[in-house]
Amino acid sequence: MIAFLTAVLASGVRTGTSVLFATLGELFTERAGVLNLGVEGMMLMGAMTGFGVTWLTGNPWLGILAAMVVGGMMALLHAFVALVLRAEQVVSGLALTFLGSGLSAVLGSPLVEVRQVDRIPTWPVPFLSQIPVLGPILFDHNFLVYIGFLLVPLCWFWIYRTRQGLELRAIGENPAAADVQGIKVMRQRILYVAFGGVLAGLGGATLSLALTPTWVEGLISGQGWVAVGLVIFAGWDPIRAMFGSYLFGALRRLPIDLQNFARFRANPSIGYFTGMLPYLFTIVALLTVSIGDIGRRWGAPAALGRAYVREDRDA
Amino acid sequence: MTGSTASGTMPSGRLRLRLEARDQPGLLTHLAVSLLLLVAALLLAGVVMTVAGGNPLDVYRSMFGAGFGSKWGLNDTLVKMVPLTLASLGVALAFRMKMWNIGAEGQLLMGALAASGIALFAVPPDMPQWLALVLMAAAGAAGGAVWGIVPGWLRAQFGVNEIISTLMLNYVALSIVQFFVYGPWGERGFGLTPMFERNTWLPRLTEYADQWSALRGLTLHLGILAVPVAIVFLAILLNRTKFGFEIAMVGDNPDAARYAGVRLRRTMIIVMALSGALAGLAGMNEVSGVVHRLLEHISPGYGYTAIIVAWLGRFNPLAVAVVAFLFGGLIVGADEIQSAGISSLLQGVILFVMVSGNLLIRYRIRLREPETLA
Repeated sequence: MIAFLTAVLASGVRTGTSVLFATLGELFTERAGVLNLGVEGMMLMGAMTGFGVTWLTGNPWLGILAAMVVGGMMALLHAFVALVLRAEQVVSGLALTFLGSGLSAVLGSPLVEVRQVDRIPTWPVPFLSQIPVLGPILFDHNFLVYIGFLLVPLCWFWIYRTRQGLELRAIGENPAAADVQGIKVMRQRILYVAFGGVLAGLGGATLSLALTPTWVEGLISGQGWVAVGLVIFAGWDPIRAMFGSYLFGALRRLPIDLQNFARFRANPSIGYFTGMLPYLFTIVALLTVSIGDIGRRWGAPAALGRAYVREDRDA
Repeated sequence: MTGSTASGTMPSGRLRLRLEARDQPGLLTHLAVSLLLLVAALLLAGVVMTVAGGNPLDVYRSMFGAGFGSKWGLNDTLVKMVPLTLASLGVALAFRMKMWNIGAEGQLLMGALAASGIALFAVPPDMPQWLALVLMAAAGAAGGAVWGIVPGWLRAQFGVNEIISTLMLNYVALSIVQFFVYGPWGERGFGLTPMFERNTWLPRLTEYADQWSALRGLTLHLGILAVPVAIVFLAILLNRTKFGFEIAMVGDNPDAARYAGVRLRRTMIIVMALSGALAGLAGMNEVSGVVHRLLEHISPGYGYTAIIVAWLGRFNPLAVAVVAFLFGGLIVGADEIQSAGISSLLQGVILFVMVSGNLLIRYRIRLREPETLA
């Protein structure tokens, strides 16, 4: 049983890493007061680009880099439409998702045939990976998982302990006041939206280069939307985002982990129900924060989803 | 932002672009700008296709020919238009009160599932056709409604974000359908149920070829009649009833609506139920009118396309139907060139360009010299 739980948690950490990156990205975007529902599309483009570039160059790190650039560029499109042109952010984000799924399908169609590319290598941390239980869960992974470990405290530190983080929170809560303080609201928002896209691209490439090293149409299968949900679940806090992502990862892998048990192998239709769990988990996660008082303590950034136009300030 | 004093500036070299809000954009402005944007979207998507190594002119020509070029093409387009219109009207209704129901796909699937359940197990072969169809339609609407009520209730009661919950339920619905078509209702593991009995089929036009020979071979089914009915129903509901007024009020300003005595929770749940029911009817139409069985891929993403259609048609049921017709042709065209990706890409670009172009409808862009700025 311990062995099984260890395996579930270890694969949860590994699988949850892709959604963790996307969640952290959306977290920054929303902290800056911008809602980007295009995460799914950006992840799809990231996954496709990362896989394609790795196939062309033979270097998965170049693939990761390209995926991040593409994710950032797509996010800039959203920033342009939603912030500069002041379009409705929900619709612009949805459009980005449609665009990403269409574009990745069209551009990625030759990649579906590709069976093998170099993956991001796995590196068991010396000594630490030998620790029973904790070793396999935390220290026997590919490099991207460790990058995730580092990123979470960095994000936390940035948001809560730096001047930039203070400004970030200000433009998300009260852009007019931030503007008066001399903070460049528009510029900062655009930068954070782009950063969110960079992380979404990274999350997508994590899936196609470390977890399931293939490219198929719709590979992300809703994980971008899960990321949007996890941001709410996390109360816009990176540490909670990490736990949510790993929990989601564990549930997502559960159908495969359960294959180790003969009882589940014998009845494949159970897979359809275990396959629903990560999605139901996301709904339940939102429900728990809505019911509990957590939602009231850590609310959404007050200006989330609203364009800031200086001239309309007191209208 | 709608006030006539709202304006903004964007630096652009020496000149400055100035945005002036239009007071009340007229229908002509709307149409002209929309047409312009559509052309822009097609051009943009063409550039992408060229980059991807295709010839956009060929693609557009064969897509247009397949969708609108002949009697057969129009037939196929109208067949796709039926589920698309129903689902889009449902989405538009929810959007009208700013309920972001993006779960039409799941609601459609649950409607198809419920209608199939009736067709497979509750309809004896000698049941009159009209009764079987009514039962299936009711089941389809109910199946979709349930899938709308759940997120509606979660939102109304607990404030659970409906964007996420409706989308997550799409995946849950797909898993449920897969369970049934590969499991208990399945036939030899192909992911489809056995063919339904004849009396559960929506009649096709070709069945009336004895009276009108022009109809021979047309697969369009009587489900198309649901389109005008749904349009009229929704137009009356939105524009002529107190409930419709309340929906609009909640959409524009929920606080004001609550002070005016609108029961927000009840309105939300009813709207989501109706929205889901319309998508569920779309699912019933597909199993009963087109494939006559339930299968995993019953929908090529009608529920997702419906989001775009609903938004492009804004809250006008007739406009939604017109856009649904055009997008029906788009789906037929994508089938023709065997690339669902192209259709999804086009839809994304069109929506993107239209949503950005909204600026052109709401604002007039003026050039002016920097000195004149106060």
